[in-house]
Amino acid sequence: MRHIISLQLENESGALSRVAGLFSARGFNIESLTVAPTNDETLSRMTIVSIGDDDIVEQIVKQLNKLIDVVKVTDLTATEHIERELSLIKIAINNESQSRIETQFDQFDAKIIDVSEEVYTVELAGKSQKINDFINAFNTDEILEVSRTGVTGVCQK
Amino acid sequence: MKLNGAQILIDCLKNEGVKHIFGYPGGAVLHIYDALDACTAIDHILVRHEQGAVHAADGYARTSGKCGVALVTSGPGLTNAVTGIATAFTDSIPMVIISGQVSSAVIGNDAFQEVDAVGITRSCVKHNFLVKSADDVAQTVKKAFYIATTGRPGPVLIDITKDATIAKIEYEGYPETISMRSYQPEIQVDEEQVAKAIAIIETAKKPIIYSGGGSVIGNASKALITLTQNTGFPITQTLMGLGAYPATDKQSLGMLGMHGTYESNMAMHDSDCIIAVGARFDDRITGNLEKFCPYAKIIHIDIDPSSVGKVVGVDVSIIGQVNDVLQVLIKGLETKKLPNIDTWWKQINDWRLVDSMAYKTKQGVIKPQTVIETLYEVTGGNAIVTSDVGQHQMWAAQYYPFDKPRRWINSGGLGTMGFGLPAAMGAKIAKPELDVACVTGDGSIQMMLQELSTMLQYDTPVKIINLNNGYLGMVRQWQEFFYDKRYSMSYMDALPDFVKLAESYGHIGIKVEKEADLKPALIEAFKQKNRTVFLDILIDPSENVFPMIPAGAGHHEMLLAGRDDMASTNDEGLNLV
Ligand SMILES: Cc1cc2nc3c(=O)[nH]c(=O)nc-3n(C[C@H](O)[C@H](O)[C@H](O)COP(=O)(O)OP(=O)(O)OC[C@H]3O[C@@H](n4cnc5c(N)ncnc54)[C@H](O)[C@@H]3O)c2cc1C
Ligand SMILES: Cc1ncc(C[n+]2csc(CCOP(=O)(O)OP(=O)(O)O)c2C)c(N)n1
Repeated sequence: MRHIISLQLENESGALSRVAGLFSARGFNIESLTVAPTNDETLSRMTIVSIGDDDIVEQIVKQLNKLIDVVKVTDLTATEHIERELSLIKIAINNESQSRIETQFDQFDAKIIDVSEEVYTVELAGKSQKINDFINAFNTDEILEVSRTGVTGVCQK
Repeated sequence: MKLNGAQILIDCLKNEGVKHIFGYPGGAVLHIYDALDACTAIDHILVRHEQGAVHAADGYARTSGKCGVALVTSGPGLTNAVTGIATAFTDSIPMVIISGQVSSAVIGNDAFQEVDAVGITRSCVKHNFLVKSADDVAQTVKKAFYIATTGRPGPVLIDITKDATIAKIEYEGYPETISMRSYQPEIQVDEEQVAKAIAIIETAKKPIIYSGGGSVIGNASKALITLTQNTGFPITQTLMGLGAYPATDKQSLGMLGMHGTYESNMAMHDSDCIIAVGARFDDRITGNLEKFCPYAKIIHIDIDPSSVGKVVGVDVSIIGQVNDVLQVLIKGLETKKLPNIDTWWKQINDWRLVDSMAYKTKQGVIKPQTVIETLYEVTGGNAIVTSDVGQHQMWAAQYYPFDKPRRWINSGGLGTMGFGLPAAMGAKIAKPELDVACVTGDGSIQMMLQELSTMLQYDTPVKIINLNNGYLGMVRQWQEFFYDKRYSMSYMDALPDFVKLAESYGHIGIKVEKEADLKPALIEAFKQKNRTVFLDILIDPSENVFPMIPAGAGHHEMLLAGRDDMASTNDEGLNLV
């Protein structure tokens, strides 16, 4: 099952590599990982998406809690939560495809942020599935480049 | 007071109560060595190899219960120390390792003797720090000792740059207290969990206490004895737990696991209630997980939540210091009616009749088991015994019944050959009043032999019991059993003359070739209170360690001595190593 694990950790050099190292050393899988400081600049927030059965996720949470720099670990998927991901996607266009493609943009609420002769760059935020769906709405040769941030999330309460 | 970072470091160590440091100098730590020279409160032991420094600090920690301290230089000094650090980490030993680092200005430039110490050690320390400023030294040392010694203990590395040791700053003294929002090792015992455990215990018909290294590390021997004696339950102990409960007591079934006793393993297999105390269900214990303890409800007491449910699912977990949990449990059980387990004991006593530790003596050869039994006799069971890794380690664990904790010092989790000798040196420094024996093999001893020189310099008399079989015996045993006797690279050709070798290091060497000479040689060795004696004992080269649960088998499928027909496994089993 897919789990979104949210961590607060000391904003110290090396903290990121401790988390990443833990995942590789113990063979846990990481689908995505995002990290940035919070409003308290001594703290970072890290959001990790991992796929594993309950036993593995239980170990992941326990092992993360053991890291000295980690202040708090929450498995967001176990609670009511909101998740979002941001993506920048470059899409090839030509006269023939333009209107079809723009309709898709409207449907998904994608924002065009850069335009050149044959390429649109759009920004799309939302649940990961929405971004997947968006990408799948085009022919593969139309998608020139995809850059996704990975999921970040918060508890609803 | 204005001090440089190195002087601050030494002052901090002094205030932390450090009395001994094991180390080896080099460019990056010269300021630290200079400051150490001016400090009379701390003795420094100059080892001959950094791995030896860490093992010695480890042996010191295991025997004394205090935090071990090692000091090494940057680059090769640190990389040499890594095996020692990993050894301490797997066995949860409190230790602070200080390593020098190149100056902060050149970090990342591939400077002379630069390695990424924090990166290299990350996965084998409890925590590590890179200190780049003298201002951070005192706080970091305080944190390092706090982290190393609390919760589930472990090694903590402080990597300190050369410029941080040189810079002079205003020093305000060693911090008295420390608190970290991200690390809170104090745990309140959850009484509800204890109540659940008691409910299981009350209805048990075949209970067993399975105690591990946590009972030693957590100094919980007394509470463990009380629990065991109040309940009347049988107790089995892991390799790391030996001594926490007296092995010579009638409720003790001996060690369990791969080379444990028949009665321990059968009792685990048939039990309906296992009380695991500071033990982590290692694969040497469980064997084939599918066959592990099929009937038991498991109660798991451990300080580390990640130990719980990692290998086997448990019914009740109680997180906390062994000692704290056992106190609550003992109290809770006082008012309860405990189950009558006479039938269970009868069954166990029947298993005992199998006499799984029996071995056949042979005219003209010295059996390793006899050596250990004689060692026990000659030392009155009171020695600290360290060991290396291999068959000799198992024989020492099996045939020297330990009645006290912190008397049996060995590398269990990592199984580091080379551990025994430096650990013995550390143990002798921690407990000079006790006899220290290092049980080793012809392979292992050659991994840290150079420390014989340190032992002369610092006058740490140890008795080295070399069970010389001319083989990497444990490897040979597996090849005999599981690789159709293809002895690939397990024979030790061109062994040195250990007697002359010991003598060349200024120690006494004695060769024992006949059983009749064994006891007199051991007596003579231990009579030499102030000398290190190397006993090179030629043992039966074909002897194997029994009983044995072959890899992949269950507890009830043990191999017993003299029944080689059962020696088999399959590829799936061999995956388990
Ligand atoms: C050649 C060889 C053969 C071996 N064969 C065997 C064998 O036959 N039988 C055997 O038993 N072992 C054997 N071992 C050792 C084995 O590899 C493991 O090291 C050992 O079984 C682990 O012991 P343990 O479960 O007591 O755990 P330890 O490694 O001692 O771990 C201690 C546990 O207690 C917890 N703990 C620590 N401090 C506290 C505290 N204060 N309060 C509460 N909990 C605490 C820790 O979190 C941890 O879970 C062998 C090793 C070698 C090298
Ligand atoms: C550093 C290291 N390398 C390799 C091993 C694998 N190993 C385990 S036991 C053993 C043989 C040990 O031989 P010896 O010290 O002579 O002891 P014996 O088994 O003969 O008693 C080996 C090679 C190890 N445990 N540690």
